[in-house]
Amino acid sequence: MNLVELRDVTVQFGAVRALYGASLSIQRGEFVVLLGSNGSGKTTLLRVLHGLLAHQGQRHQLGDAPRQAMVFQRPFLMRLSVLNNLRLALWLGGVPRTAWADRCWAALRRVGLQGLERRPARALSGGQQQRLALARAWVVQPQLLFLDEPTSSLDPSAKREVEALLAGFAAEGMTLVMSTHNLGQAKRLATRVVYLEGGEIHADLPVHEFFNGRLQGRAQQFLKGELTW
Amino acid sequence: MSAFAASVATAVDLIVHADPALRRIVALSLQVSGSACALAALIGLPLGAWLAVARFPGHRMLVLLLNTALALPAVLVGLVVYLLLSRSGPLGAWGMLFTPTAMVIAQTVLVLPIVAALTRQFVGDALRDGGDQLRSMGASPLTCGLLMLLHGRWAVMTVLIAAFGRAIAEVGAVMIVGGNIDGFTRVMTTAIALETSKGDLPLAMALGLVLLAVVAVVNALLGMVRRGHGSALAGVR
Amino acid sequence: MVSRSAARLRRALLAAGTALVVLMPLHAVAQDKAIVMASTTSTEQSGLFAHLLPLFKKASGIDVKVVALGTGQALDMGRRGDADVLFVHDQAAEEKFVADGFGLERRAVMYNDFVIVGPKSDPAGVKGRDVVEALKKLASSKAAFISRGDKSGTHAAELRYWKAAGIDAPADAVAGYKACGCGMGPALNIAASANAYVLTDRGTWLSFKNRADLGVLVEGDKRLFNQYGVIVVSPAKHPHVKKDLAQAFADWVVSPEGQSAIASYRINGEPLFFPNAGS
Repeated sequence: MNLVELRDVTVQFGAVRALYGASLSIQRGEFVVLLGSNGSGKTTLLRVLHGLLAHQGQRHQLGDAPRQAMVFQRPFLMRLSVLNNLRLALWLGGVPRTAWADRCWAALRRVGLQGLERRPARALSGGQQQRLALARAWVVQPQLLFLDEPTSSLDPSAKREVEALLAGFAAEGMTLVMSTHNLGQAKRLATRVVYLEGGEIHADLPVHEFFNGRLQGRAQQFLKGELTW
Repeated sequence: MSAFAASVATAVDLIVHADPALRRIVALSLQVSGSACALAALIGLPLGAWLAVARFPGHRMLVLLLNTALALPAVLVGLVVYLLLSRSGPLGAWGMLFTPTAMVIAQTVLVLPIVAALTRQFVGDALRDGGDQLRSMGASPLTCGLLMLLHGRWAVMTVLIAAFGRAIAEVGAVMIVGGNIDGFTRVMTTAIALETSKGDLPLAMALGLVLLAVVAVVNALLGMVRRGHGSALAGVR
Repeated sequence: MVSRSAARLRRALLAAGTALVVLMPLHAVAQDKAIVMASTTSTEQSGLFAHLLPLFKKASGIDVKVVALGTGQALDMGRRGDADVLFVHDQAAEEKFVADGFGLERRAVMYNDFVIVGPKSDPAGVKGRDVVEALKKLASSKAAFISRGDKSGTHAAELRYWKAAGIDAPADAVAGYKACGCGMGPALNIAASANAYVLTDRGTWLSFKNRADLGVLVEGDKRLFNQYGVIVVSPAKHPHVKKDLAQAFADWVVSPEGQSAIASYRINGEPLFFPNAGS
């Protein structure tokens, strides 16, 4: 079933057209990867899907508004302890206070940060901060999780940890939409790949079809690494 | 040079003997300026946060007025508050002229722009960094602004120190609305002005040094509070 | 890392301290048995009030809060109703104040005298007992003269003496004339550093510490006597004026008790003010 649907969405920042005529819908249970180089419109598309940006065209949320969360490339953590950052998310998410303690404990275990509750969030390493951001998203039990290049600024081992967590979330039934320019990551995690270039969607295919070598045009050139970064 | 040395000696002497008149003056200075700071914080911190998020017609004009108010001369503020509180003025019935309360009001008006304008600036900067992420978590725009006050609490402290410094060092406003009444509305700065006008310059200088010493102690205490919180913050960005 | 309870305690202390700081000055708004007296800077700086007012408080239980300004500003304060009683020294202006209906009655209280101080070497040769002659000599010399120029009683007196010497606009006619728009103390400071002549009341001079090379050159002229009056502000224009308490002060200061209190105020054994109520 459709969770979010976009029809002919255009986003303009002053003279720059970041997204043009985008139409797609996200189904429950999918792991959609938005693929493209920098400036292709992936981040803009993500933000429109999440509801953060003004746009022309239509955006529908179907069913009861699904609970959403988003993880950004560089997480913004408040100058508070790890635990209080989670509590803030719970408070903003309207979760009843009685559920907080259990959810926080579970979230920290899930991402492997148990024992670090009192640590100032900003004192964590880059990889730990991103895992905290994931915990912060997970703790409100979202049905739909958006991620904007979540591993771009991480070292390889941290990257692997995060990918494992994301695979785990997907296995639990969460719907994920993630942007990346890492082909291997897309191949490993996605059920569906949407390729963007110049603010337009050029391809939208199930993952096997995207990577089976029979792709045409710009998308194929991207895969082959012929397009500039 | 010997006049300066004499002043330092007098200042030390005043502090050591803790003359009751001096103690009263110092206490009143701290109370008046401290209260003004507290009031300015109560109004100015939310105001600054709101200005950082709000968008409405006339927003630019309001910010311009606020930034201009940073340069309000203390004497002018004193004059305006005096005319408001004067018996022949609109608020004369309150009978507040020549009382410490009037001095608090005048100094609050004086430092409120500092608190609001500087808060608007650092909250605005913080929102550029993380406003989106807070909105993504479900915070309303105003809640984002207020959360940035919590996030930037050390910046808040610096802003309040600046406001306190401006308040405790000014003489124009408290002189006019307080009247420098002996034993009632005399504070450090008006006492310095009085001794200067009487020609007792060494005493005036000494009182000035005492004022600086008092402010130094206040700042040192605040620094201790900060370090107490900061002991575990090694490596924090 | 600071423990939870220590952090909570610190927060509570901060809150309590803030509350105390905010509330403390506010209690002073409601204060009965106190009046506001507008007087002049020269009178306050002479130290008379520090001597006189505690005696009045003991006799009546009334607190007198003195706001010291120039005579002109003090009268303005009375007109605005911001003072309950006036204690100034400009008879003409005081009588006009009462005639205009702002004050109830003017009563003489005491007098002090003005003196002309200047460089001990006296380049303009003004030394003597005649103030008008002294000013004539100053006008024709190039010596510097500092005027307060601030609408004060002293300034008004100074202008009267110039007029008596035939000079209506001393700023134009006198070569070395400089008006500072300031109080007596700063004017003396300027005179001391510029080695100039200046008209001052004896009280401020006696307590002035920064004399440099200045000394008293002209004194004793009857015209140099400076009369003080006390006026209760009229409740007709400003009903809230504490008329009864103000009247108590006015009555006391002209009573034998008040008059002897004035006479007993001395600096280095010298009296500054001479009580003359009833004259």
